[in-house]
Amino acid sequence: MGDKVLSSLQRRGAGKRRIYETLLPLLLSFGLFIAIAVLVSLLLTVVTTGAHRLSWNLITQYPSANPAEAGMRSAILGSVFTVGLAAAICIPLSIATALYLEEYARGGKISQILSYNIANLAGVPSIIFGVVGLGFLAYGLGMGRTIITGAFTLAILILPLVTVVCVEAVRAVPPDLKYGAYALGATTLQMIRRIVLPRALPMMLTGGILGIGRALGEAAPILVVSGLLFIREDPTSLFSRFTVMPLQLYNWISRPQQAFIELSSAGIIALLLILFSLNLSAIVLREYLTRRAMEA
Amino acid sequence: MVSGPNSDVLKVESLAVTYWGKPAIQDINISFTRREITAIIGPSGCGKSTLLRSINRMNDLIPGARVYGKIYFNGVDIYSDDIDPVLIRSRIGMVFQRPNPFPFGIFDNVAFGLRVNGFKLSKSELYDKVKDALIKAALWDEVKDRLNDHAYSLSGGQQQRLCIARALAVDPDVLLLDEPTVSLDPISTAKIESLLRSIKNEYTIVIVTHNMLQAARASDYTVVMMPDENMVGRIIEAGPTKEIFTNPRDKRTEDYISGRIG
Repeated sequence: MGDKVLSSLQRRGAGKRRIYETLLPLLLSFGLFIAIAVLVSLLLTVVTTGAHRLSWNLITQYPSANPAEAGMRSAILGSVFTVGLAAAICIPLSIATALYLEEYARGGKISQILSYNIANLAGVPSIIFGVVGLGFLAYGLGMGRTIITGAFTLAILILPLVTVVCVEAVRAVPPDLKYGAYALGATTLQMIRRIVLPRALPMMLTGGILGIGRALGEAAPILVVSGLLFIREDPTSLFSRFTVMPLQLYNWISRPQQAFIELSSAGIIALLLILFSLNLSAIVLREYLTRRAMEA
Repeated sequence: MVSGPNSDVLKVESLAVTYWGKPAIQDINISFTRREITAIIGPSGCGKSTLLRSINRMNDLIPGARVYGKIYFNGVDIYSDDIDPVLIRSRIGMVFQRPNPFPFGIFDNVAFGLRVNGFKLSKSELYDKVKDALIKAALWDEVKDRLNDHAYSLSGGQQQRLCIARALAVDPDVLLLDEPTVSLDPISTAKIESLLRSIKNEYTIVIVTHNMLQAARASDYTVVMMPDENMVGRIIEAGPTKEIFTNPRDKRTEDYISGRIG
């Protein structure tokens, strides 16, 4: 009986359609498999070459001609200083820009032109930002090839990326709620503070952490701004010379000795661990803030 | 048009609204009587909501919208340059089609307007005002034991009454309702209609509705809008609800309320 009902439901071409339905997801996910395969092989290569070189020396020691005791202490500190400062500059600016574009300029001509240019800026090669940092910040404004110059360069570099995420975060707040607040006599600032920010902040901070991840991995602009690959002292102020982790890795990897190639793999593992833990903290933070916004 | 000048809280004069230069409503002349319920009825797209949003300057927030003409609120032109739309919105409250409580507790929802409008209130004064608003919105008995519960834990009808309470808490002169019961069941609808009746001696109420029966049941005056041949909304008739429904002057009104068009 059931079979009969089912077979009566069989339409012409139903078999063919079912094949499509099975095959299409496989076809569509092909790109995903490639990406995962590349990532896994990359990780495997890095881990097999570098794992035995992982030691505390890597983070406690300065670079050295002797691979057995070489570390990237100065580069890690340089990265923490520049990227931390870049985030502190960029995230508030991005949030402000997004709020202005979405809640004050509200889809007007200015907002459209600005949005278009922010999207363009996100596609500019990062070395260009390095050249701007060197020419304008380091020499033009006389800030020198220092940590503060590197931080501002990275901040400008990730500004478009973080701003785009912040704009999306503001757009994701239901317009119904915004109108509801306005209809009660709230000013735009009050509406932003009480309605938009509590809901948009988690996604905004996620964007900020994405930006931090991007800045941590950037070698090119810092190569232009700092130019140093080998530093044997800690940065002491915002005006210290500095290098960053990707540059240290670049230095090691370009050396002929096998030991330094292995060291660079170990360094990559360290950099990846930092990046993954940053992403993890982004997720934890987002979940926490989302839950708080829902309960508050 | 519908009553003497002294009792008109709102007077709309040759109002037109355009969206991106395209007119949506035109030649709107109408007065709203103090402490009465006026219903605006008409088919979809005739500009009922556009007219309503013009009255508390919510159209300022719609991209591309421009308002021409004058609206007098207690004799003051609300579109003159020295008028702050934020103040207008605190005097002319609005309730929307879909209930839109804020994503926080019931008490804080009602207190929102009091807080943003800078009322300097002690804790107990705030509580009294919130309680008062919830009583007027016929919601107090249902929520008095759980004022800190999340607003989303309420049913759709309760949420809409919460939105009405929220609007009443700032003690506006006028309450605008844009199809407030369109997403609600008949029982919730009836509750809202009866609560509107019970507060009408304190507020001027303008309600946009699709529902002819609702207009007939719940309003004292009715304004009928209809799009013309260019799809520009115009008022075709206005007057006491009884007259509109029993003895319409305009043929199109008769067709509309008897269900032949719209």
